[in-house]
Amino acid sequence: MTLEFANLDVDKLWEATYETFYMTLISLTATFILGIMLGLLLYLTGKGGLWENKVINFIIATFVNVFRAVPFIILILLLFPFTYFLIGTIRGPNGALPALIIASAPFYGRLVEIALKEIDKGVIEASKSMGSTTRSIIFKVLLPESMPALISGITVTAIALIGYTAMAGAIGAGGLGSYAYYAGFQRRAFDIVLICSIIIVIIVFIFQFIGDYISKKLDKR
Amino acid sequence: MISIKNLNKTFMLDKEPITAVDSLTLDIKEGEIFGVIGYSGAGKSTFVRLLNRLEEPTEGSIVIDNKEMTHLSSKELRFARQEMGMIFQHFNLLWSRTTEENIAFPLEIAKVPKAERKKRVQELIDLVGLTGKENAYPAQLSGGQKQRVGIARALANNPKVLLCDEATSALDPETTNSILDLLVDINEKLGLTIILITHEMNVIRKICHKVAVMEDGKVVELGNVLDVFSNPKQDVTRKFVEQVVMETEEEDTLESLLDYVDPQGKILRLHFAGTATNEALISEIAKQFDVQVNILQGKITQTKSGVLGLLTIQLIGDKLEIKKAETFISKSVLDVEVVRDDT
Repeated sequence: MTLEFANLDVDKLWEATYETFYMTLISLTATFILGIMLGLLLYLTGKGGLWENKVINFIIATFVNVFRAVPFIILILLLFPFTYFLIGTIRGPNGALPALIIASAPFYGRLVEIALKEIDKGVIEASKSMGSTTRSIIFKVLLPESMPALISGITVTAIALIGYTAMAGAIGAGGLGSYAYYAGFQRRAFDIVLICSIIIVIIVFIFQFIGDYISKKLDKR
Repeated sequence: MISIKNLNKTFMLDKEPITAVDSLTLDIKEGEIFGVIGYSGAGKSTFVRLLNRLEEPTEGSIVIDNKEMTHLSSKELRFARQEMGMIFQHFNLLWSRTTEENIAFPLEIAKVPKAERKKRVQELIDLVGLTGKENAYPAQLSGGQKQRVGIARALANNPKVLLCDEATSALDPETTNSILDLLVDINEKLGLTIILITHEMNVIRKICHKVAVMEDGKVVELGNVLDVFSNPKQDVTRKFVEQVVMETEEEDTLESLLDYVDPQGKILRLHFAGTATNEALISEIAKQFDVQVNILQGKITQTKSGVLGLLTIQLIGDKLEIKKAETFISKSVLDVEVVRDDT
């Protein structure tokens, strides 16, 4: 059997690839910011933290755990009304963004919390002894000192996100998942499924490579 | 300069109160190197953290430079902390910053303008002897160099007080000495008051003017280094003195040594403190009295304010001459103990 890619429409493939990148990058940026905020809040309100507060910590932890527990494909369906209210549509790449962000920000938030917990308590104590404000501790100590771990964390999250975009694609969000499912799988055009898979694998490799490179570059330990 | 009154710190551990620092009262003069020695768990680490309120005191008063630390608001406390440097056993440097950037950190916190910051950082690098290491990351520095960065960082905002939390405990003896020399240098050059906690007697001996011995959260002895260690009153102090002056194992060797010494004359043990050993005591005895002096064992060590030591000698000769020599000796040393009398 020879593979001829007879069914492949290059323009459509490009568009789908672009949509996948679009969904991944926008939701990744939002996840990075929201995840760091969630992670910082979890860390700072946690036991022995600078803003130790059991109630707030419990509320954030519960929020994070609930959204991490719901399977992504169900989360999208659950969020349809919210998405419609926010974006005005539930279809297309934009329609997938709220679900992608809400699924991955809590996941990344936990990774951020773990990264922050790895920071030597002595360094924080030293900063306090110099008279730092909590703000300087966050921006001059916590974030820079955990940056390599924050970057590896966002790399792991990015790869999970690429997987999510494909799932979202299967229920109408566009992108490579959508193209593979509707144009490929449903019409028995397996060459399309194959080529979409290869492109997704390449995208994953690119993200992994960039993430590893930056993380290694930043790590001066 | 620093006046501490009735300071207490109680922790709750498994709902049981633990007293880490117990009604501590002491005064530290400006420009003094004040040592606090004790075994781990004695409360010395908690004590030093109470001074800049890294630990909140349960009760008591801490006055530093006429400021009552326990009454400061959190904002005032931040400014007060900028006037106190602190160095740590494990250096606690930011690994993501170079030497220069680590030293600039407290200046950034104090909102010093960039140009001034750069100038000050270079001064400090020269002061602590790290010239050429400006752009090295902590991972590329040795332990001693890291502590130098720590010291430069602590001095950045021209503090009046430097707190040292076991600053040399992670360093080898040679590096320890070089860091201690640097601390003395800073103390003399800048007139800085240094409070230093340690479990190493050597550190106290080499650089401290005054010492407080801590046990179970209390100061059990306090005074000039030489006074406290030449005349230790508490068991814990005695144990620390043994670290530098008389090892316990040497006690054993003295016992066995005595078996080999001919039973004649008198064996004396001299306790030194202060300047006695500078007076060439042994040759003086040999010259003035008709006795032979046989040195059996000894350990003499320098402290910042004089000599501290133990010397075991045998005096051989006429009974009367030995008696006279003994009287002479007892005038110039702290204490004479007769180990064996074979006259």
